[in-house]
Amino acid sequence: KPQLIASSFSLLPSSFLQTVLGAGLKEKLIQQELTNLKATVSAPTTTLRLMKECMVRLIYCEMLGYESSFGYIHAIKLAQQGNLLEKRVGYLAVSLFLHENHELLLLLVNTVVKDLQSTNLVEVCMALTVVSQIFPREMIPAVLPLIEDKLQHSKEIIRRKAVQALYKFYLIAPNQVQHIHDKFRKALCDRDVGVMAASLHIYLQMIKENSSGYKDLTESFVTILKQVVGGKLPIDFNYHSVPAPWLQIQLLRILGLLGKDDPRTSELMHDVLDESLRRAEINHNITYAILFECVQTIYTIYPKPDLLEKAAKCIGKFVLSPKINLKYLGLKALTYVIQQDPNLALQHQMTIIECLDHPDPIIKRETLELLYRITNGQNVTVIVQKMLDYLKQSKEEYTIINLVSKIAELAEKYPFWFIQTMNAVFSIGGDVMHPDIPNNFLRLLAEGFDDEKEDKQLRLYAVQSYLGLLEEEDAIYPQKFLQVMSWVLGEYSYLINDEGDPEVIMTRLHKLLKKTFVTSETKAWIMAAITKIASLNPGSKTVDKLIQEFSTSLDTCMRQYAFELKHLCEDKDLMKNLLPLDASCDDMVVDASLSFLDGFVAEGLSRGAAPYKPHHQRQEEKLSQEKALNFEPYGLSLSSSMSTSGFTGRQSPTGLSFGSDISGNSTEMGQKEMSSLKLDGVKKLWGKDGYLPKKDSKTGKEDKLEAVPPGSTLGGNMVDHPLSEADQEVVSPSEEEKEKQQLASTLFVGLASNNAVSLMGKADTTTQKFKRKSKISETQNSEEVPSIQHDATLSSSPLPEAQSNNNENIQSTEHVRLRKTSLSSSEVLEASISFKRPQSLMEAGLDAKLPDCRLSPSSLFADNNMEVFQPTQVIPSVAASKASLIPSLSEELASNPHSEAVELCSSDTLAVNLCKVWTDDCLLLVLFVANRSSSALKNVNLVFENSEHFKIVEGLSYHFPVIKARSLESCQKSVQMEKNCMQEILVGSLNYHLEMETGLEFSVTLSLIDFIRPMKITTEDFGKLWLSFSNDVKQNVKMSPSQGSLSITLNTLQQKLKLHVVDIVGNEGLVACQLLPSVPCLLHCRTHAGMLALWLRSPCSALPDSLLYQCQKVIEES
Amino acid sequence: MNCRQGKLRLQKWYTTLPDKEKKKIIREIVQIILARNQKMSSFVDWKDLKLVYKRYASLYFCCAIEDRDNELLALEVVHRYVELLDRYFGNVCELDIIFNFEKAYFILDEFILGGEIQETSKKSAVKAIEDSDMLQETMEEYMNKPAF
Repeated sequence: KPQLIASSFSLLPSSFLQTVLGAGLKEKLIQQELTNLKATVSAPTTTLRLMKECMVRLIYCEMLGYESSFGYIHAIKLAQQGNLLEKRVGYLAVSLFLHENHELLLLLVNTVVKDLQSTNLVEVCMALTVVSQIFPREMIPAVLPLIEDKLQHSKEIIRRKAVQALYKFYLIAPNQVQHIHDKFRKALCDRDVGVMAASLHIYLQMIKENSSGYKDLTESFVTILKQVVGGKLPIDFNYHSVPAPWLQIQLLRILGLLGKDDPRTSELMHDVLDESLRRAEINHNITYAILFECVQTIYTIYPKPDLLEKAAKCIGKFVLSPKINLKYLGLKALTYVIQQDPNLALQHQMTIIECLDHPDPIIKRETLELLYRITNGQNVTVIVQKMLDYLKQSKEEYTIINLVSKIAELAEKYPFWFIQTMNAVFSIGGDVMHPDIPNNFLRLLAEGFDDEKEDKQLRLYAVQSYLGLLEEEDAIYPQKFLQVMSWVLGEYSYLINDEGDPEVIMTRLHKLLKKTFVTSETKAWIMAAITKIASLNPGSKTVDKLIQEFSTSLDTCMRQYAFELKHLCEDKDLMKNLLPLDASCDDMVVDASLSFLDGFVAEGLSRGAAPYKPHHQRQEEKLSQEKALNFEPYGLSLSSSMSTSGFTGRQSPTGLSFGSDISGNSTEMGQKEMSSLKLDGVKKLWGKDGYLPKKDSKTGKEDKLEAVPPGSTLGGNMVDHPLSEADQEVVSPSEEEKEKQQLASTLFVGLASNNAVSLMGKADTTTQKFKRKSKISETQNSEEVPSIQHDATLSSSPLPEAQSNNNENIQSTEHVRLRKTSLSSSEVLEASISFKRPQSLMEAGLDAKLPDCRLSPSSLFADNNMEVFQPTQVIPSVAASKASLIPSLSEELASNPHSEAVELCSSDTLAVNLCKVWTDDCLLLVLFVANRSSSALKNVNLVFENSEHFKIVEGLSYHFPVIKARSLESCQKSVQMEKNCMQEILVGSLNYHLEMETGLEFSVTLSLIDFIRPMKITTEDFGKLWLSFSNDVKQNVKMSPSQGSLSITLNTLQQKLKLHVVDIVGNEGLVACQLLPSVPCLLHCRTHAGMLALWLRSPCSALPDSLLYQCQKVIEES
Repeated sequence: MNCRQGKLRLQKWYTTLPDKEKKKIIREIVQIILARNQKMSSFVDWKDLKLVYKRYASLYFCCAIEDRDNELLALEVVHRYVELLDRYFGNVCELDIIFNFEKAYFILDEFILGGEIQETSKKSAVKAIEDSDMLQETMEEYMNKPAF
């Protein structure tokens, strides 16, 4: 038998492949081949050599799309046992067959570990290659130390691959490689270009996530780029005589991220960017690729006029190129650039017009994207029309979704023809579009604009146009459109009462109900609409007919609605009460606890009904009863039920009463609830000042709207517009030119510089921002006070670091004084403990004695991994003046755990100190503003910049009417974490009047720990909660022998991270904490042979990861 | 990101997808690219990604990149890969790739790792492959010696 197989192999590969290529018998032959292969790989006599052949063949079959999973395990075996060549094929097969989460991958770990320790370079290389392609996340600790060692390897190829493997680890588990950041720095300075280039991948990623942490490296990157551009690299890195283009582009991207909104950092790179632009002159794709990146970087960093000019010229080269690829890239660059400088569009307007009708769809789409960015009130009609044209031609789902949301966004910004456009959007976009779009549309219609009369007209127009659409007998509309129509008709059809008959509307809706293409969800919307109309027009015949008809419907939902309607019709007062006129915007108070049912429940209980148990409790009981092994993973099934149990759990007792008069129209209620929920998440596009159209232009548009017959709203109503004439092919060339000119004038109207106000909001804000910033820098120059713009982001640049050192020195001189204050506050604290020990928030902190709780903040700041760059200069006079202005907390606040006061920024006149107070329910930032000058300061404003991560409850600003000379004022801000993050920076500024407007900038580093509080629960609660959380993370941490027992380790955690130790049993411990306001996280620890196994669970996916990292850090430090 | 060619000769995925999905995607992409004419650009919108492709003789090389990536650069990545193949095989043709596709994979892995460019120096990339080839060949000879 083995011989037979061997012979079939000897025929191969040529015969095998020929048959594969041959069309007819292909399928059959491959199946045959697969069967053969299956037999061979599983035969015990198969040699590894033969196995290698089989693997190569299997790879081919897999590529052709045939199932070959039977060979996966053998691929791993081959990688394990084979000699070099076989091993290599084995690894290749593994990397092609398996994916990251494949369970078989775990079997590979041992092999990788062995090969990493091999003395054979090739084996090490192969292991590193496979690690950087696929590696299971949980097993990273097993190979991490080995790979770290490889960073010092003498061969550059090994070092390079090790860096690459670490990059992979950084991508899949950033926390685990956090501790080797300084080794990355070493790799960046490696003498081999390849290793350095590899480390750039990591830096690009890290800088993307946190650009402020790496500003100090800017100079290094600039130097490297200078060397590359200057041709200092070995010649074999050249690509078509361009020096290391990939490296250049990587560096340009990094510089762009670093220089964004940062004038000082940007300044460092101006020269090298200029040089890059200059050097890239050879006419080759790769130089264009570099130029493109260059332009993007120049427009990303803090702007410099002459560079911008050069970059703009450069874009011209692209856009005007006859090569289509370059043209496309030019458009892409233009789209990017235009957000900052809309005038550039004017320069290239003719090209843009030509591209609009380009046969290549990607060019067309990019042009539309560009136009979308320059839309304003005057050209919106033309641009949207172009977009709709494109929309009608395209069939690809993704394009439709994308384009529809853009049109909808534009339409909302520029109303009135908005309804028509939306009609077209709804009927084309149909059911694939994002559900937010119809919701937003309805909200907009309901909330209305500033003018009540206008609103009415808009709504009336909507009602009329929908009635017109419904008039067409056999038109089929998408479900979402029908839902929108029925809602609008239900809410606003009363507006046309004088001209239209409600009976007619109801008949139309009734007809719709009987159509087969209408889904039951849509029917619910329609029924809701009918109910609303019926409440206004009692005694309608259509309603009676409808009730009769659907009371016997086979569809239970419809029957339910019919009954509800019937009951409502019998009780007119209730109906009026329930469905008030035009009240869709009024807030509804929903009694979520359903307390009005308490009586009902009590009655049920007294009659012997079983008390209600929440779902997870039932599940748990069931599990404990079964006492069998549970093979299902806990997390998934329970979490899904948990998320709903809060809802269904409460609703189920009311199931009985649903049909009764309490909730006359359940869908209606649900819908309202939903829309009110939605409101929070959605941007307010229509704020009081967001929408400011000119009165006259609007009325003009309105007239146009009125003239259009409502029936033809499907986008076809622009026929008489000059634009569509441009599409006609009969026009002579010169005519065509004219058309294009005309089109250009309609498209780019309002882009001229004077009209900047009517441009899109985005452009506006950026320019304003620039203005503001430049003003600051001006004052900086004119006053020549270097310390005016302080930045307490300690690690960001040399200057602040000097400042921080400065701080330290000052602090040390004042040490005695501070001691005193802290002592006094500790006395207060002690006093408060003796009174309210049971309620005091932080058992942990208190048990640990006071010094600890004052020490912990310093450990929080310790991870800023700063390096001292400059020797410090202590200015004695400053220290002296400061001494009189020592901030101290009020007694009430001091009773909470708090940090020492840290100076954020200072100038000759003012100093800002910060004290963090960790209260029970939030993080309080207490800011002390000290006036060092001898005159009083008036109107001092403290403003925080908006941050996506944090929310300041009291609002972003604080106003001090007056700060007396040599005195101290304080303000409090409580901060909440909005978006989970490890550590982020909150930036703020202080503005005051002193001869001329002056500002001080500062920033506060807030870490996750600031928002972690102990959660006191019992062991049983812990068990219940543990089961209900789905996100978990496990990790083993080495404990140093000094840490000794589990309880000591947990105590350190409790002190430093403000956790709560729930229970310790033997070598296991339970710890609980919560992220403010109330996201719990549970921690299960187990010691085992010097290792501490940490297992975290939480309902929030990011929390366990971040917390684990903090725990790790604490344990490693102690 | 992934790379593959005309009548599928080579494929490499840098994201995890179920097999069914992969098959569907490949079919779709091959259709899209074969339908393009020569005057059109080398880029096509596809879902939220962009396909960048180039034709060499009878083979299409294609890769899918994200929107913020640089299309021209991707085009040059493809070109550099072809250059590497050419250098390794010496005037590469389709058959070279068909019969030595594992070698083509090795070269690809040496050039692009985990979706990022690894080695931009042509010399060192090819040298790395040749080095390991040599080692292997000697090992192979060694293994082939009859055992006594």
